[in-house]
Amino acid sequence: MRNIWIIAKKELIQYFSSPIAYSVAVLLLGTLGIIFAFTMLSITDTSNPPDTRSNSFAVAFLLMLFTPALTMRLVADETRMGTMELLLTAPLRDYEMVVGKWLGAFMFIMILIAVTLIFPAMLNARVDPGIDQILLISNYVGIILVAASLLALGVGISALFSNQIAAFFTTMTLFILLWWLIGVPANFLPQGGEIFKYLNISSQLGDNFIQGSVSPSSIIYFLSLTGLGLFVGSAAVEIRRWR
Amino acid sequence: MIRVNDLTKDYGTRLAVDNLTFEARQGEILGFLGPNGAGKTTTMRILTGYMPPSSGTAIVAGFDIVKESLEARKRVGYLPETVPLYTDMTTRGYLKFMADLRRVPNADDAVDETLDMVGLLDRANGYIGNLSKGMRQRVGLAQALIHKPDVLILDEPTVGLDPAQILEVRNLIREVGKERTVLLSTHILSEAQQLCDRILIINRGKIVVEDTPQNLQSKLTGSQRVQLRVRGEADELAAKIRQTKGVEEVLVQSDGAIEFQFAPGKDLRPEIARMTIAANYDLLELHPVNLSLEEIFLQLTRENASIDQQEEEAE
Repeated sequence: MRNIWIIAKKELIQYFSSPIAYSVAVLLLGTLGIIFAFTMLSITDTSNPPDTRSNSFAVAFLLMLFTPALTMRLVADETRMGTMELLLTAPLRDYEMVVGKWLGAFMFIMILIAVTLIFPAMLNARVDPGIDQILLISNYVGIILVAASLLALGVGISALFSNQIAAFFTTMTLFILLWWLIGVPANFLPQGGEIFKYLNISSQLGDNFIQGSVSPSSIIYFLSLTGLGLFVGSAAVEIRRWR
Repeated sequence: MIRVNDLTKDYGTRLAVDNLTFEARQGEILGFLGPNGAGKTTTMRILTGYMPPSSGTAIVAGFDIVKESLEARKRVGYLPETVPLYTDMTTRGYLKFMADLRRVPNADDAVDETLDMVGLLDRANGYIGNLSKGMRQRVGLAQALIHKPDVLILDEPTVGLDPAQILEVRNLIREVGKERTVLLSTHILSEAQQLCDRILIINRGKIVVEDTPQNLQSKLTGSQRVQLRVRGEADELAAKIRQTKGVEEVLVQSDGAIEFQFAPGKDLRPEIARMTIAANYDLLELHPVNLSLEEIFLQLTRENASIDQQEEEAE
């Protein structure tokens, strides 16, 4: 456990000296700021609280767009810079390194997600009965689960490459597949489309957490994706040793 | 302590390390010599737990590198050939990270102590990316030393440094090598000669020779070779020496020095000196020439290659 924490701490420190992490933060928070500004401006009657669901969905969607930029270097860059030799010869298990990297990225994203709570807080102050807070909590549970699973998949893919750009595009492709493409057959199949819907990140998020329902099967889905990503990452590091 | 037994690493088609067996004792600096691609780095990577061997075993600091890899790794300090540094971290931050990972007690004190040892205390808070190559090498060395390992494995620690830095790093290695086991690879033979208690020359994954630097030299020098220098033209004297009985292979070098060797078991230096003075030359120098390790090395690897060739032809 302590090894995971040591690696996570190092990753978090490195994010705060990385221009990419800052641009992701600026783009994410800037875009959300504009979206929420429109929501604020659209309020005509302060006794009628606006619907925050689409804004919450936007947070998750933007995270999906920017996550590959945050995860691409995590393992790939260690391989390229030769620092992998340092980590693989330290008294550290391969999975501890991968999980630590994921945790570092997760902590960074959690900071960003925490900052996005400013927007609903402002909305809440603007309208009189206040926004639906239970719904907001459900939304943010969903956002956090999406972030956790996307980061894990990103780390897993980063471990397959020694080139960040290759890792970036592969991660992006997988995200497009999981966020959108895999759900498409559900609209055409007369039956059995449920399975595609289940595997689709945007329906899992949009149909459950965003609507205020936190279902165990959705939680299991996102935790499985997280586990899968971390497993692929650890296996890739282990396999690299044997080459 | 390092004990390697029949270690083999096979990269599919290429045999990088071929049945290597050797030992390095505590307090000993073992030099690992060989041309590029001889299998030095691969052997070191196996010993540090970076990759498993195809077959064979190795015990490092009392632990099997495959079965008890984590325990062995705890006790090894490793400086890889490409110094593994995070350029976006400060020197102090980097060493603190390594100290934490290595479970060093009082990590902050250990970082300061190690920084002091490698002479980088004044650059501790700057980014590693801004350091010169020599300084980066020292940060790499600091990383390998921070947990006071029993075994230190250094892959070409002085490559790319300027002469002053090379001396510094060599002194540092000599210092830390007093109570540890050090395995050091280099292709600078004079470095091995100065630093190491024992030298292991490998070529194509096999040990060519293993001995102390002194023995290696005398073993291979065979008959005594001597250099003589006089003031002025030396050709006439060279002709005289050539006629002397028991003197062989007389050569006049471009700078005017005469080099020759005696028949096995003979030492005719007094006779040659008397003859030179009798012939009215001003004798400036008369001294034995040792075969440099470079020459020994070339000789050995060439012999090895020709043996291989003969074997291939025989097949």
